Amino acid sequence: MDEILEILEKNGRASFEDIAKMLKQNPESVKEAVAKYEKDGVILKYKAVINKELAKEPGTEVRALIEVNITPQKDVGFDRVAERIYSFPEVASCYLISGTYDLLLIVEGKDLHAVSRFVSEKLAPLENVKGTTTHFLLKKYKEDGVILKHREENKRIAISY
Amino acid sequence: MSVAKKVENMQPSGIRAFFDLVLGMKDVISLGVGEPDFVTPWQIREAGIFSLEEGFTSYTSNKGLYKLRLAITRHLKNRYGLEYCPEEEILITVGASEGMDLALRALINPGDKILIPVPSYVSYGPLTELAGGVPVYIDTTPCGFRLTPQLLEKYLGKNPKALILNYPSNPTGVSYTAKELEEINRILLKHKVLCITDEIYGDLTYDFEHTPFATLKGAKDNTVYLDGFSKGYAMTGWRVGFACGPRDIIAAMTKIHQYTIMCVPITSQMAACEALQVGRKSVEEMKREYRRRREFVVAELNRLGLDCHKPEGAFYAFSSIKSTAMKSLDFCEGLLKEEKVAVVPGTAFGEVAEGYLRISYAASMENIKEAMTRMETFLKNNRRGKAK
Repeated sequence: MDEILEILEKNGRASFEDIAKMLKQNPESVKEAVAKYEKDGVILKYKAVINKELAKEPGTEVRALIEVNITPQKDVGFDRVAERIYSFPEVASCYLISGTYDLLLIVEGKDLHAVSRFVSEKLAPLENVKGTTTHFLLKKYKEDGVILKHREENKRIAISY
Repeated sequence: MSVAKKVENMQPSGIRAFFDLVLGMKDVISLGVGEPDFVTPWQIREAGIFSLEEGFTSYTSNKGLYKLRLAITRHLKNRYGLEYCPEEEILITVGASEGMDLALRALINPGDKILIPVPSYVSYGPLTELAGGVPVYIDTTPCGFRLTPQLLEKYLGKNPKALILNYPSNPTGVSYTAKELEEINRILLKHKVLCITDEIYGDLTYDFEHTPFATLKGAKDNTVYLDGFSKGYAMTGWRVGFACGPRDIIAAMTKIHQYTIMCVPITSQMAACEALQVGRKSVEEMKREYRRRREFVVAELNRLGLDCHKPEGAFYAFSSIKSTAMKSLDFCEGLLKEEKVAVVPGTAFGEVAEGYLRISYAASMENIKEAMTRMETFLKNNRRGKAK
């Protein structure tokens, strides 16, 4: 992977100037490269990783992993059904997977009832959905490579040879 | 009660006081650290933990676990084509530091001269003296901190026993290409001077491939090669290094090691085995990160008028403060007190490095950036009123 992407993946706020200095390029060419990545859809968006448990009162948001069994359709396979499902705003992530079921969804709602309602009223009744299994998340330990826990850090001695 | 004279006379005291000052202050941004800011990669830590769970808590053989010696010699063969016998030509040491001490003690007869290019890592001179030798310092400042063949040749009339060559260098970051090393090797062989190489930063070489000295033509029988896991694998606190060399020298070093150390802690040795198995990817990742910081720091320092050559390896920038007309120690104390940024005065690594700073970029980009901003402020305040 291009080092520009490696830097931005760790810190989306790194400036063109800083990246240019780190890679010994000029800021203009970094800017152009990033613009091209954005245009080509390599860089999709920039966002902050937020620890939601700290951002508001705990328990006000619920996430569930939902396994979905679906019937594939002629010509378009799973894609058409998947599209109908991932278009719902409640669906944060949607993956086609191998194994005993077909789609894995990550669904978000403001509470348990909201998520249940989505499953029973929107998801399960869909024509090609054969069955669903819902797993509510109880605790997040690590997300997208970030460990959601403050630990005491090992401090290096401030000065050494 | 009085301590031995040669111990009493060790260490320049000014630097010690500065170090104490840093350690006593809070909220300092430190670019004065001589170790990686990365934590040891998890797979390696996990292997250490697992070895404890499995009950590996005993001594190992004096030379170190056979499987570690075997893994290291295989690694050296695969990576550099360098062949050492795992039974007789390698010793596991408590970091490369112990290796240096052992090599000097195993080689030096009273009064033997040891060539040490300066500025250098702090231990070489004192260890030489403790072993009864006489350090002969080679001032490399006129040659951009490089030991050139011409410079080396000037010191051969003193009939030295060995040369200590550290590359990439702490504190200057200077390293040598295979071609440069060949020149040095040719001279050493011709004059029958041994080479003790400290290649602990070898994995962190940025612009060309690191060449172990022992791979040079005819050098293997004339070289004690010291290396370890501290820097490349971010394992400083584990204290595992190794020494490779001719079997009679390794045997002599092992004799001293068995009486002083017995063996390197087994937990650390087990973790080091794992490091060689899985750690290369992490080393490469860390190296890329260091290289980016290097480019950033060097560009910033030069922008601030603190001239700095580009270090080829390690994680130090060695920067000149001659444009400020300040002494190294004064600069560092001022910077610490006024802006709470810690860097190490060049003079910690030899008097010849007056007018230089060692700036470690083993720190987060965030801290490096902030430290550079603060240095800029410090320079503005302290250059004020002076002629341009």
